[in-house]
Amino acid sequence: MITVTGATKRFGDFLALDDVSLEIPAGSLTALLGPSGSGKSTLLRAMAGLENLDGGSVVIDGVDVTHVPPRRRGIGFVFQHYAAFKHMTVRDNVAFGLTIRKRPRAAIRARVDELLELVGLAGLAERYPDELSGGQRQRMALARALAVEPSVLLLDEPFGALDATVRAELRAWLRRLHDEVHVTTVLVTHDQAEALEVADRVAVIHQGRVQQVDEPLAVYDRPANAFVMGFMGSVARVGDSLVRPHRIALRRPGGAAGVTTPPHGDGVVTVPATVERVARLGSETLVELVDEAGQRFVARLPRDEAEALGLARGDSVEASAPRDPATADFIDYSI
Amino acid sequence: MRLSLPARLGVRTVALAYLAVLVALPVGMVLQRALAPGLATFWASVTTPAAIAAFNLTLTLLAIVVPLNVILGTVTALVLVRGGSFRGKALLQAFLDLPFAVSPVVIGVALIALWGAGGWFGGLADAGVRVIFATPGMALATAFVTLPFVVREVEPVLREVGDEQEQAAATLGATGWQTFWRITLPSIRWGLTYGTLLTVARGLGEYGAVLLVSSNLPGVSQTLTLLVHARYHDVANTYGAYTAATVLMGLSLATLVATALLNRTRRHP
Repeated sequence: MITVTGATKRFGDFLALDDVSLEIPAGSLTALLGPSGSGKSTLLRAMAGLENLDGGSVVIDGVDVTHVPPRRRGIGFVFQHYAAFKHMTVRDNVAFGLTIRKRPRAAIRARVDELLELVGLAGLAERYPDELSGGQRQRMALARALAVEPSVLLLDEPFGALDATVRAELRAWLRRLHDEVHVTTVLVTHDQAEALEVADRVAVIHQGRVQQVDEPLAVYDRPANAFVMGFMGSVARVGDSLVRPHRIALRRPGGAAGVTTPPHGDGVVTVPATVERVARLGSETLVELVDEAGQRFVARLPRDEAEALGLARGDSVEASAPRDPATADFIDYSI
Repeated sequence: MRLSLPARLGVRTVALAYLAVLVALPVGMVLQRALAPGLATFWASVTTPAAIAAFNLTLTLLAIVVPLNVILGTVTALVLVRGGSFRGKALLQAFLDLPFAVSPVVIGVALIALWGAGGWFGGLADAGVRVIFATPGMALATAFVTLPFVVREVEPVLREVGDEQEQAAATLGATGWQTFWRITLPSIRWGLTYGTLLTVARGLGEYGAVLLVSSNLPGVSQTLTLLVHARYHDVANTYGAYTAATVLMGLSLATLVATALLNRTRRHP
C-alpha cells in the first residue's frame, strides 16, 4: 500500500503537485490518468524517490520513505523509453538488481530464466537491447523491475512509445500479469481507454491535483467535475442534458424507431434534430446531428441500430437522452 | 550530387595532391632520411643516452598526465552534465576551452609566473620542491594543454546517453558508486577512450609550453620533441633530428592504430 499525503512539488514557477493526497490499496492496479503536464508522472516519480517533494510525505507499506533514496524503497520502476542497459545482454539487464544484491550465481540464473519465461523472452536472453523490438524491450524492463520482488511496481507511460497494435497487446498482457503476480501497481497514462481497460482504480489528475479517484467505469459514468467528464470521453449536449454519446437514442419523427426504443418519462430529454453526417466505424456508427438551436452533437449507435434506421445526411430525427443527475451541475461545460 | 567521371577524377586528384604535399611528402621525407643510412645507424642514433632519457621522460610525463586528465576530466564532465545548474558553470565551460585557444607558449609563461621565483607558489622552490625547470613543471604544462580532450569527448556522450539508465539502476538498488562503475562508465567508455587517445597524442607532441618550463638539458630534462629541436638546432645533428622525429611519429602512429582498432571492435554503444 502506498499513501501519499499533502505532496507538493514546484519546478521554478510551475506547480507540478498541489497538495496531493492519494491512497493506493495493496494489490491493486491503479492508473494515474491525466493530460500531459498534469503532474501524474511527477507524482509517480515522487513515490519512487526519483523526485524530491517540496512538502508532504510518501509512505510505502507503513514505512515513511519520504527521505529514503530510491534504492532502498523496495520499488520496481518502468520508464516510458525502457531505460535498457544498452551494454548488457537481456539476461544481465534482468539480473542487475540481483547481481547488485550479490545473490548466488545459480539462484540469479534460475530467477532470470523464470522471469524471461514469464514475460515471453525465454529465447532472447543473450541478445542486446538494440536487437529487440520496442515491445520486447519494455517486457525486458518489466522483468528487470520484477526481479528484485518489489513491494510496489511503478510504470511511467510504459506503452507510450509503442505503436497501437503492440500497445493493445501489452495492455492485455499487463493485466494478465498483474492477475498472476498481484504486486501493488501504479500505472501513469494519458490514455483514458488504457486506464479503463487495465486498471481496477483510476485517479484522474489535472493541474497538479487529484480530481477524482474511483473504479474505472464510475469515473466514466459519474464524473466528479466537468474536467473529468470531458477528459474521460466525448460528451454530447442534448437539449439541457450532458450525456455520453452512446446514451443517445434516435428515431424518425412519427415513430419509425430503431432497434432500441428511446427512453421515456420525466428523466428524458427529446429534441428534434437534423443529420449532418454519418460515419461508419465498423462496429459502431457516429451520427453527427444539429438541433433546431444550431447546437451540434454526436450520437454513437451500434451498427445494427444505425442500419435499421438507414439514416442519411439531411434526414430529420428525434434524439432522446436521459437527464443525468450526475452531470446536471456541469451544464455550463463547453464542448 | 552526382559528378561526371572527369569531374570526379579531377576532384579526387586535387584532394590527394593536397594531402600528399601537406602531409605524406614531408613525413615520408623524414622517414626516408632517417632510414636511408641503414637500420643499424638508425638504431644507434635513437639509443644514445640522451635519446633514451628523452623517450623515458616523454613516457613518464604521459604516465602522470593521462591518468590525471582522464579521472579529473570525467569528473568535470559529470559535473557539467549531471551537476544541474550552478554558479560559475558558464565560466567553467569557457575556461575548459582555454587550452585550445591559447598558444602553448603563453601557458609556459603563465606557469613560470605562478610557480617560478617570485610567483605565488614560488616559495616551494626554496623549500626544495622544484617545479619550474623540472619534471613537475613539464607535467603541469602537458596537463594544461591536454586538459580539454577527455572532458570534451565525454561530455556529449553523457548528454546523449541521458540519466534514465542511471535512475533505473538506482531503483534496482544500486548505490551511486555501483551505478557509476556498472552503468555510467560502460556507456561513456568509447568517448573516454577516444579522449584518452587524443590526450596521449597531444601530450606526445607538446613542445612550446614544455620548452619554457624545462631546463632542456640533454639526458635530464628533454622530452622527445625537445630532443628533436635540440639535435637539429643546437648541435646541428640533422640526422639525429630525423631519427628522433621518426620515434615520435612511431608513437603517434601506435595511438592512431589503437584508435582505429577500437573503432572496428566497438559494437554496442
